Amino acid sequence: MALDTPVIAPDAPERPAPTRPPAPTGPAAAPAPDGEAAREPGIKLAIRDLDLFYGTFRAVREVTMEIRANEITAIIGPSGCGKSTFLRSINRMHELTRNATVRGQILLDGTDIYAPSVDAVDLRRFVGMVFQRPNPFPTMSIYDNVVAGLRLGGGAAKADYDEVVERCLTGAGLWDEVKDKLRQGGTSLSGGQQQRLCIARAMAVDPEVILMDEPASALDPVATLRIEELMLELRGRYTIVIVTHNMQQASRVSDQTAFFSMNEDRAGYLVEMDRTAQIFTNPREKLTEDYVSGRFG
Amino acid sequence: MTGSVVVREGTFADRLLAARGSRRKTIDRIARSIALAATIACIIPLAAVLLYVVVKGAGALNLDLITKPSKALGTGGGALQAWLGTLQMVALATLFAVPIGILSGIFVSEFAGNRAARAVRFASDVMVGIPSILVGVFIYALLVLPFKQFNAFAGGVALAVIMIPVIQRTTEEVLQLVPRELREGALALGVPTWRTTVSVVLPTAKAGILTGVMLGVARAAGETAPLLFTSLGSRLVNVGDLGKPMDSLTLFIYNGARSPITALNEQAWGAALLLLLLVLGINVAVRFRSMGGTRA
Repeated sequence: MALDTPVIAPDAPERPAPTRPPAPTGPAAAPAPDGEAAREPGIKLAIRDLDLFYGTFRAVREVTMEIRANEITAIIGPSGCGKSTFLRSINRMHELTRNATVRGQILLDGTDIYAPSVDAVDLRRFVGMVFQRPNPFPTMSIYDNVVAGLRLGGGAAKADYDEVVERCLTGAGLWDEVKDKLRQGGTSLSGGQQQRLCIARAMAVDPEVILMDEPASALDPVATLRIEELMLELRGRYTIVIVTHNMQQASRVSDQTAFFSMNEDRAGYLVEMDRTAQIFTNPREKLTEDYVSGRFG
Repeated sequence: MTGSVVVREGTFADRLLAARGSRRKTIDRIARSIALAATIACIIPLAAVLLYVVVKGAGALNLDLITKPSKALGTGGGALQAWLGTLQMVALATLFAVPIGILSGIFVSEFAGNRAARAVRFASDVMVGIPSILVGVFIYALLVLPFKQFNAFAGGVALAVIMIPVIQRTTEEVLQLVPRELREGALALGVPTWRTTVSVVLPTAKAGILTGVMLGVARAAGETAPLLFTSLGSRLVNVGDLGKPMDSLTLFIYNGARSPITALNEQAWGAALLLLLLVLGINVAVRFRSMGGTRA
């Protein structure tokens, strides 16, 4: 298992070289060694040679990157470059799509989440997700929405729901707005409030990683700002990975930024990843510079 | 794309006038009229049937019809045994058809692979279209002949066979309308698939599933042919003895309408109105209850 060198897998059919050379993957740091040894402090997720397929179509190609613990990592890139697909592979939502398959490794604190011994349902309690469109459960009250994961997930010991609801809604910056109407339906809230409710719902199961798939793209600027402030408050407690189309958003909230693009084969790949300031001011790749300066995509 | 300036002739009002599509407007008017006529043609039979039943039935629908059974011989009495029979057999059929129909609808929508789903869907569509008399004959062979006895149980099963595909198809279609985001929202919290289905998907689709059940009930309550071969019909009040023949409103109507005796014809009209009110009443009651309890 030569995982330390992110070379092109021998069984992957090589394509004629694109006009731009395939981007070197992975951060500038020396490649991490194999398996358990990869458990460096500060690295929450280590992704190794990840390929994601829909049937025979390869949507994401050979992504190798490391995501730092308790920081915010933004993933940016043009439409269709596999950002969301990549994000959904981190909590194994990708495999819910028919014919979707995965090749490569994602290590969470050194454990491969695609190992046969790992159950996807269990994993998702540790890796939560917030979606593009707010999706509170329409048949449940605000209160029930927050504790839905605890109540329906089973397994966990019966918690003090009242305490959880207050703590998570406070954490999501929603408590003062809804504390007097906890029994009302979750869908009675405004879009921005609904999204914060969904974040509270994700926090209630006490995850270690929260994935956000364009969490503010369906919201107005004011609600977007609230979500961004919330993310900054959550930083330090959770490892957050956010996919966003909004480059200002990425530069405002994230510590690290990964830029994805795609070639003629429509397979998305990681162009480069670096400190956010670096990506937006002095990227290593021309392609990145063109994208962040708005020249394409 | 900077070209030379285009100079147009006349004023804008002139050009607007020249572009007026009188032909388009005529065609629009004709097409609308045809659509409206078709809609009216669609509603007339429904309104006519309802009106006719109400007018003819209102006179015959009295307390005697509801509270008294038919006389064993001759005319007179009421339709007590008939509506009691309808209620019992439809209830029995609902008991069988609701779990089977809803569960198979859930299976097809949530768990089946493409090919299995298509097969079940096809089977259900065929079942909906099968002439109900064939269902009667089939259950006759299965549950009447072996016992040499027409019985209410066979009637209930025959009605269940008719209800199942109706409930199955509506359940499946309604579940398909539940947004994928809701399922994913639950799964992303670490909720197992079965629990997501039971606690998130089903409550969201509750009203639609209920509609499917009501469609099935209405359909079963209105069937005559499957009962001719199974529960046969009876002039005696039968409450709870599923091994014996049982009457139904539809059989009562069938027999009364064919009779040369005017009094029985009139009773049949009364029973028809009663059946209409019964189905309507069940519908309203169920809807009212489910609206009162929106909290899942």
